[in-house]
Amino acid sequence: MKVYLDNNATTMLDHNALELMLPYLKENYGNPNSLHQWGSSTHPALRDAMDKLYEGLGASDLDDIIITSCATESINWVLKSAYFDYILDKERDEIIISSVEHPAVSGAAHFLKSLGVKVIELPVNSEGVSNVEHLKEVISDKTALVSVMWANNETGMIFPIKEMAELSHEFGALFHTDATQAVGKIKVDLRQSGVDFASFSAHKFHGPKGVGGLFIKKGLKLTPLLHGGEHMGGRRSGTLNVPYIVAMAEALRIANSMLIFEDSHIRRLRDRLEDAVLSIEDTSVVGDRKNRVPNTILASIKGVEGEAMLWDLNKNGIAASTGSACASEDLESNPIMEAIGAENDLAHTALRLSLSRFNTEEEIDYAATQIKAAAKRLRAISSTYAYNPNNYK
Amino acid sequence: MAKNNLIGGSIWDEYSQKVQDRMNQPKFMGEFNEEDAKNRNAKLIVADFGAESCGDAVRLFWLVDEKTDTIIDARFKSFGCGTAIASSDTMAELCIGKKVDEAVKITNLDVEFAMRDEPNTPAVPPQKMHCSVMAYDVIKQAAATYKGVSPEDFEEQIIVCECARISLGTIKEVIKLNDLHSVEEITQYTKAGAFCKSCIKPGGHEAREYYLVDILAQTRAEMDKERLKNSTKSDVSFDEMTMVGQLKAVEAVLDAEIRPMLQGDGGDMEIIDIQKAEGAAIDIYIRYLGACSGCSSGSGATLYAIESILQEELSPNIRVMPV
Repeated sequence: MKVYLDNNATTMLDHNALELMLPYLKENYGNPNSLHQWGSSTHPALRDAMDKLYEGLGASDLDDIIITSCATESINWVLKSAYFDYILDKERDEIIISSVEHPAVSGAAHFLKSLGVKVIELPVNSEGVSNVEHLKEVISDKTALVSVMWANNETGMIFPIKEMAELSHEFGALFHTDATQAVGKIKVDLRQSGVDFASFSAHKFHGPKGVGGLFIKKGLKLTPLLHGGEHMGGRRSGTLNVPYIVAMAEALRIANSMLIFEDSHIRRLRDRLEDAVLSIEDTSVVGDRKNRVPNTILASIKGVEGEAMLWDLNKNGIAASTGSACASEDLESNPIMEAIGAENDLAHTALRLSLSRFNTEEEIDYAATQIKAAAKRLRAISSTYAYNPNNYK
Repeated sequence: MAKNNLIGGSIWDEYSQKVQDRMNQPKFMGEFNEEDAKNRNAKLIVADFGAESCGDAVRLFWLVDEKTDTIIDARFKSFGCGTAIASSDTMAELCIGKKVDEAVKITNLDVEFAMRDEPNTPAVPPQKMHCSVMAYDVIKQAAATYKGVSPEDFEEQIIVCECARISLGTIKEVIKLNDLHSVEEITQYTKAGAFCKSCIKPGGHEAREYYLVDILAQTRAEMDKERLKNSTKSDVSFDEMTMVGQLKAVEAVLDAEIRPMLQGDGGDMEIIDIQKAEGAAIDIYIRYLGACSGCSSGSGATLYAIESILQEELSPNIRVMPV
């Protein structure tokens, strides 16, 4: 049996989204900016896709949702352009991020640091969440931008975005959220949340890879990252990828229509798997279930090194992760485990399991069995789990 | 960076079949206790290396025949990734039948080589080489325990690249002998930095005490200084040289020791003239360039520094006169 439990890395393309995009890869291949009928024939689908995106994300018609290649591009756009528009030659010279942001945020912030921007990292509590109290301690009238994720990619924990955005605005700072792991999993209403900017990627909610978006609240300035054309109202150059935009919008529509299913069926399967993992002795899971997106588990199995666990699971047909797939070449311990102050010994024992609506109960039970078997085998090999080091002294 | 490096693949694809087999079914995983040792008329040695908090830990068990100092059997337990498990398994096997003094000579490179399917194809991807290093270290620990000495007694040199076991002395020697100018050249000549790359510069997945970029810079500076000394060594003292000889000697000192200092601040200087002055004095007339021209310290600290270096390297009779 094959079980895919790495949906926070990427998801399977929804079949309906695939069907909808195919005509724009085949017969309707015109450039939407061309004046001939091949180009103009794509316009109805594009308008329909934009309607779906605005409705699905709770944006006002006066806001901008700009199509980008992915959330990483959107995030880099917000942070780097904020430097030009709101920091350079202005009184404000600080940005605040949480200490558990995705590398797209922390990497871009690190780059801004090299340009002289003061970057402040919010700590997280034992559940891996930064809150308003953390923000209150560091925000000031020097803060230009606060960037805090909506839901964490590894733990699934949900951050109090609305309250943090309100506090940021009280200090005259802008607020950006990386909503990549929230969109399609929980209700995301950008207007109601009060954020100024929000980034997302289609492939996290069963859309195609290579397409995403950036929400920009009405009237806010943001210097384009890409120049050289008048696409998207001059805000982001590059020929519109019609099939991907169409598929992304349809994937979002479907995902939003299944939020109740997500919060009931997938949550139930997630909890079933979580219970099974927790039945293994000396195992823990990060964060309270109620404040997590319904599909995610970040577990720590004492004495079992994360990658060794992945090897065993992969051999038995199960896809999981030790953390962010973006950092898979990095052999360091899981940064979230370190940020939440987990015991040092557990930093290399993280196992991320992320479900989707395509997982079945049978798959979950199979995965639970294999995880237990792998933990047993690897603990039998483990030099740190079975012994008290003093036994041989 | 080149075509083959632009798209990363699964690191597991780069594991040899031997590595995969040992990961799945390690042959020497297990343990010995005092009863096992007694039954086999051997001494039990248990050695630990690494820690769970570091991501890798291994415990090595030896049964040693004390009459011959021979390791008659070995087992291991290991917390770590698949490479760490496979390396530990191979390491335990390599120890069996060897005298303790021979086992100490087993390096992580020997372990990696033993796991290859083909002699010329690495058994693990470069970033995983460090997982085999633990096997090397735990053997030292076990041997030290057996002999009642410190593990450092087996390590005389400072190791810069743990993966390739290349010492600081070797790297400096190779740079000097082959007049190397880049880290890439060091890697070509020694294999240092070829694997996990942590030793190349700060920021890799393991912090290191020595980095190749620093060793290269430091060694090049030492070579320049040496070259300068050799170039100014002459049967004729600086004071007795012709003006052309003096000009060459002064230029050599400027290039090696003074210009880098000035250019670091966006400045420079040139020699206008060299003249014998009253008594034994030799006056060197200079002109500041770039940021140095107009700089207030050009007649103070900077001038004093230039004069001191030239006096020390060439002649105490030198006086430097800015124009």
